[in-house]
Amino acid sequence: MEKVLEVKDLKISFDTFAGKVHAIRGVEFDLYRGETLAIVGESGSGKSVTTRSIMRLLAKNANVDSGTIMFKNEDLNKKDDKAMQKIRGRDIAMIFQDPMTSLNPTMTIGKQVAEPLRKHEKISKKEAMNTALELLRLVGIPDAEKRLNNYPHQFSGGQRQRIVIAIALICRPEILIADEPTTALDVTIQAQIIELMKDIQEKIRTSIIFITHDLGVVANVADRVAVMYGGRIVEIGTSEEIFYNPQHPYTWGLLSSMPTLETQDSLYAIPGSPPDLLDPPTGDAFYPRNEFAMQIDTEETPPFFEISPTHKAATWLLAPQAPKVTPPQEIVNRHQHFQKIMKERELVQKKLREV
Amino acid sequence: MKNFGKYFLKRVFFMVITLWLIITVTFFLMKLLPGSPYANQEKLSPEQIEILNKQAGLDKSVPEQYVIYMKNIMKGDFGTSFQFKNQPVAKLLRNRIGPSLQLGAQAIVFGTFIGIILGLIAALRQNTWVDTGATLIAILGRSIPNFVFAVLLQYVFSVKFKLFPIAGWNGFASTILPTFALAMSPLADTGRFIRTEMVEVLSSDYIELARAKGLSYWEVAFKHGLRNSLIPLVTLLGPLAVALMTGSLVVENIFAIPGIGEQFVKSIMTNDYPTIMAVTILFSALLVVVILIVDLLYGVIDPRIRVSGGEH
Amino acid sequence: MAEMDYSKIPKEKFELIGHQDAAESEKIAAPSLTFFQDSWRRLKKNKAAVISLVILGLITLIAFGAIWLSPKDPTKQNVQFANLPPKIPGISVDGFNGTTLVRGQRVDKYEQVGVPEDVYFILGTDSLGRDLLSRIFMGTRASLIIAFVAAILDLSFGVTYGLISGMKGGRVDSIMQRILEVLSGIPNLVVMILFLTIFKPGILTIILAMAVTGWITMARIVRAQTLKIKDQEYVLAATTLGQSQISIALKHILPNISSVVIVQMMFSIPTAIFFEAFLSFIGLGLTPPNASLGMLLSEGYKLFRFLPHLMWAPAIVLSVIMICFNLLADGMRDAFDPKMKD
Repeated sequence: MEKVLEVKDLKISFDTFAGKVHAIRGVEFDLYRGETLAIVGESGSGKSVTTRSIMRLLAKNANVDSGTIMFKNEDLNKKDDKAMQKIRGRDIAMIFQDPMTSLNPTMTIGKQVAEPLRKHEKISKKEAMNTALELLRLVGIPDAEKRLNNYPHQFSGGQRQRIVIAIALICRPEILIADEPTTALDVTIQAQIIELMKDIQEKIRTSIIFITHDLGVVANVADRVAVMYGGRIVEIGTSEEIFYNPQHPYTWGLLSSMPTLETQDSLYAIPGSPPDLLDPPTGDAFYPRNEFAMQIDTEETPPFFEISPTHKAATWLLAPQAPKVTPPQEIVNRHQHFQKIMKERELVQKKLREV
Repeated sequence: MKNFGKYFLKRVFFMVITLWLIITVTFFLMKLLPGSPYANQEKLSPEQIEILNKQAGLDKSVPEQYVIYMKNIMKGDFGTSFQFKNQPVAKLLRNRIGPSLQLGAQAIVFGTFIGIILGLIAALRQNTWVDTGATLIAILGRSIPNFVFAVLLQYVFSVKFKLFPIAGWNGFASTILPTFALAMSPLADTGRFIRTEMVEVLSSDYIELARAKGLSYWEVAFKHGLRNSLIPLVTLLGPLAVALMTGSLVVENIFAIPGIGEQFVKSIMTNDYPTIMAVTILFSALLVVVILIVDLLYGVIDPRIRVSGGEH
Repeated sequence: MAEMDYSKIPKEKFELIGHQDAAESEKIAAPSLTFFQDSWRRLKKNKAAVISLVILGLITLIAFGAIWLSPKDPTKQNVQFANLPPKIPGISVDGFNGTTLVRGQRVDKYEQVGVPEDVYFILGTDSLGRDLLSRIFMGTRASLIIAFVAAILDLSFGVTYGLISGMKGGRVDSIMQRILEVLSGIPNLVVMILFLTIFKPGILTIILAMAVTGWITMARIVRAQTLKIKDQEYVLAATTLGQSQISIALKHILPNISSVVIVQMMFSIPTAIFFEAFLSFIGLGLTPPNASLGMLLSEGYKLFRFLPHLMWAPAIVLSVIMICFNLLADGMRDAFDPKMKD
């Protein structure tokens, strides 16, 4: 598969009145053409900062301390602002969280949707408007031609998010970054927007980075999932692997705190609160809240242990010296389910080979 | 549009009520004042005073006088000035409104224009020396009373350096210093207002989206930021009108401009009640109309209010 | 990341230790501060506001201390010593040594009119021979009193009106709002001038004239804030628990709008000082022998072509007070505004 984006050893900090906040502490991941990568984590885990750094839209007090972001064989971190402007909106586009505030209230939506096209391509106003109309139809705005001259407040929240998606897609970007695009919406609308995104991805073959804290949404959209904690990715794998064969205790916690049909007792809650990134703990940032914490977790940062070619996790529990621990029942069930699937799959493959 | 018509009529109705109240209250307040306006003029005999009172309709009962006064106002007649004998107040003020309007217009155009530029630069270059400078100008403009500023300008540019006429109303050169003095507070207010608005707008989500579209900082600031921070500026017009009225009293006095403000102060000093009343009504009418225009204008230029028919 | 040979790590390091005390990790590192402590902390970081506060404190102290320690009697006229230039002991710079230019010649005015050797008028004297410095102290005192009392009147009336309007809602509110709408159509300047032409000028009249219009802005702000806070869940909770409207207004709404009210009051003080000076300047203020900064300015203006210091001294004091109040009010607004929290 073709890599569209390659992030390596990204470290970002913010200067604040209280000191340096180490928001991103060595993030690495790849994005392949046409896939959807979900980045999951609680607020403050660094998922938004990671994506904003790809767009280079970080606040003024942010410092990129190290790392490379390779896109089309070029490091985005080394590009000047002019070069970044050519990439933003054309090659990499973004959808924001709150559709109620992310549209300019005093500009017609036709103009707002056409704006990236007018900026990046030599195209007449009329042509741009026609494309905008096409896009608005694509994202499912009814009576689009009549509504080109309407203002944002004349649309509902769900429709506004469709418009924001139209803006992001009008230049057919290679990468679409969606920063919690459904969080501010009603549940029924959420499902519609997610359907729309999947639908569109098929049509224009764009890669999507989907940021969310909602695992339920992830299961619906993502091909692969990266779990972030304390400014690092702690586990990354295919959706199946993350959901049914999780290895990091934090992923266990996340999955156990998600209600399922089988949930009988009260939901599991991860104890404690996210780490203070002003003074990040040494070792595994999760250890103070980890019931399976070991002495080594408090001393050394765990490296990635590979579980499968697509699946790796940064936890000392995977080291050969580590004791065997029994994950929470919920997770044990998931692991069993995973083994069942794998066995079935093997059987099918065996049969296929025989045939 | 039907909504808008209804809204408009409602607003005009309240405007008329406000004006009527002001006229009525002013009228009766004036009647509370002891004695006849001619009483302290020594040269007049009691008989002469009586004749004068009769001429001015002051021998009638107060309610009667009120009805007559209201009727006359409808016709644009504000009575006769006590100060300038036989001079109708309406004519007196009509002769003086030109300079006041010119000064006011010059001050508001200059003040808001420079204020907008200052505010914008300050917001776009936040926390730099430019910002500090603009903030300093705004603080000084807001704090130093306009008459102190007027006297300072007069002293430095007319008395010391003799660059402009000290006072009077001959030609454009004589309007420059008073315009500056009057423009100081609109300038400071506008600058401050625009800076705050622009800072807020620049931190809003749609600005980030505009950046994500690939627009440059300046494109974002001018295409998306400017319009959204200029629209609320309309609401500042009311307070600015008040500031200009207040300012005109002292500034016109200091620079001896033959305007309404200068006349007002003279009338106060000479107890010229018909003129005081007329200027009071004129100022109130002006403010009420400005407030109405602001509300209507806001509906026209802000699409959020425009479409919903001017409802708040 | 450099690959590390983790197989070398001894096995005992891999002993399970479990999660750390949850209470420990949930502890909030920053000390907890009340709203006003937190605001005070932020205000202290604003240098301009702190300096303004200090200057205002000093000015107030001096202005009121001068009741007992005035250098000279501010109302004592001495026509013989009229229009003397400033003379400061120990300073021999022209302009501050009692000399003045008469037809290009520097003349010692003090010697001319026979002022005793050890008598100094630090800022000179006015046309009636009163000591300007003492008059400025007196004038500052009057201006500050007028401004503070007017601001307190604005506060009490405006807050009451706004609270009632906002809490009652419905018909009462809409009637009270209509009244405000009509009143705010009248330029406050006009009201003040009418007030002062009709009633006898004096400190009380000026204060009342300013209070008559000043409360309107406060009432509007308080009403808007009340409406906003009335809809908050904690007020709803208090209502559900059976608290009376008055107790909700006093216990829940008032404390939550106090910062807005204080800031508004801080802005109304310089406005009151300005209007006092303004009214005095056009001749509607206090009457002699009383003094206010505006009156001193207006008296000084009459002679300022010849004795400019009579105007500049009160003008500078007035401007400094105005600047300090505005800076302090700005600082307080920023300190109270949680949006600006850093």
